[in-house]
Amino acid sequence: MTTTAPTRTVLRARSLSRVFGTGAGEVRALSDASLEVAAGELLVVRGPSGSGKTTLLNLLGGLDRPTSGSVWLGDSELTALGEKAVLTARRERIGYVFQSFGLVPVLSAAENVEVPLRLRRTPPAERADRVAAALAAVGLAGHAKQRPYELSGGQQQRVGIARALVAEPEVLLADEPTGQLDSGTAAVVMDLLARVVHERGVAAVVSTHDPELMARADRVVELHDGQVVDRGNG
Amino acid sequence: MPDNANAMPRPGQRHYVAPPEDVKVEVVDALDASEAPSSMWREAWREMRHRPLFWASAVLIALVVTASVVPSLFTPVDPTSCNLDNSLGAPTSGHIFGFDKQGCDIYARTIYGAQASVLVGVLATVFVTILGTVVGAVAGYYGGWFDTILSRITDIFFAVPLVLAAIVIMSLAATRTSLVVATVLALFGWTSIARITRGAVLSVKNNEFVTAAKALGMGRGAILVKHVLPNSSAPIIVYSTVALGVFIVAEATLSFLGIGLPLSTVSWGGDLNKGQVSIRVAPEIMIYPATALALTVLGFIMLGDVVRDALDPKARKR
Repeated sequence: MTTTAPTRTVLRARSLSRVFGTGAGEVRALSDASLEVAAGELLVVRGPSGSGKTTLLNLLGGLDRPTSGSVWLGDSELTALGEKAVLTARRERIGYVFQSFGLVPVLSAAENVEVPLRLRRTPPAERADRVAAALAAVGLAGHAKQRPYELSGGQQQRVGIARALVAEPEVLLADEPTGQLDSGTAAVVMDLLARVVHERGVAAVVSTHDPELMARADRVVELHDGQVVDRGNG
Repeated sequence: MPDNANAMPRPGQRHYVAPPEDVKVEVVDALDASEAPSSMWREAWREMRHRPLFWASAVLIALVVTASVVPSLFTPVDPTSCNLDNSLGAPTSGHIFGFDKQGCDIYARTIYGAQASVLVGVLATVFVTILGTVVGAVAGYYGGWFDTILSRITDIFFAVPLVLAAIVIMSLAATRTSLVVATVLALFGWTSIARITRGAVLSVKNNEFVTAAKALGMGRGAILVKHVLPNSSAPIIVYSTVALGVFIVAEATLSFLGIGLPLSTVSWGGDLNKGQVSIRVAPEIMIYPATALALTVLGFIMLGDVVRDALDPKARKR
């Protein structure tokens, strides 16, 4: 197996803040958060529920706009791009893994994995090859035709990982990817994530509040009440 | 599967990388992949086909639809070929229901009457399903001002009684074809589907797969059409099935009142209108088309019930 040592910075966040609501109902979900992630690096963001992990990941992935601060994806400032350009960046450069898997119920495992390639207008023959390879990489080669509700939680999350990686993104964002899994399955999924991130040189940010998953991280950032309070070294 | 003690960087590694032999993902791959994939509709079909009510409604609907498409399969008699010599005549060979006051064959008119009712019912249902789904989906998915404006328009139309509004509009109509009647019924009958669609879209749009589609770089319109609507379709289909029966009754009501299809068009409502003057001496003139109408509506309502139960597992348990 080959591993890619962290080298160049792929994702940078500078003084990110996000405020929801106004006046008396104002909630500061994230305050002045900065971080950097290099290619092939697995950064874990940990913290209790409500600490701002999902808000941070949404801002890093362009799913939400910060109240202040900036996000850089390589040399382009994601937060300065228009909606269409952000859409293109999400489509071509970022992969997501969700806590509840986020699989489309009416599509099979293979069709779910195929979605990012369809959006990128990849030719059908190449799509089929890449979907088969992605499912094989997560150990689900024999489950291409199954729909999400026919798969176990761990299997669904592996389909989610295959979907996130099939288009070979530079950045992988995973929001509590093991939050709905039992500890054994969670370990399998986390090991798989760590392996593909390191093998493929993807810059990954994974949020969790499970302290047992820290062992797989290259670096750990701790969030409390929307503020970065600790930068460990995994 | 590695335990936590082993899940540490090994010599020569900067970070922990699980070797493939430790990641025994196939351990949880116990599902039989040779089985054909299932789906919501396949599950629904499995549920429906074991219910006598489904087969009863299917037979009723199949008969009515066949009669409306190829009525000559059921009778060689022309329903508009009337002979006053046969006025109120008793049933005879080849004329099993007898004759009405104009000497027309009641059986032939009952068979041919299905055509107008089914045509208006299907057209009106298609129109309300398209209009109601578009309005409800846009209101529910985009929210904000779209929702406020479209929901208030829906409320205004919802407050107007369907048949009353149709009577007013039809009394002003220059022509009274099946298309006109269906359009008028659809104009005031789309609100329920819009409300149902809006509710279904509101519950589906916050699912994580919608956020996932957005994260994958899919546009809002594409997410609505490709992911939200297909996953909101079950209640829309159930309501449309029941609505078809409702629109058939509405058409018959308008024709009975003399403001639906013209009396020259063979329809159950029109025949009920003509038969009411002879109800004391020849009630069968009304009984046959009324029974056909009732059985048709019953068929669609029963089918709607069965489809609803099949698509809603919670309803099945009740």
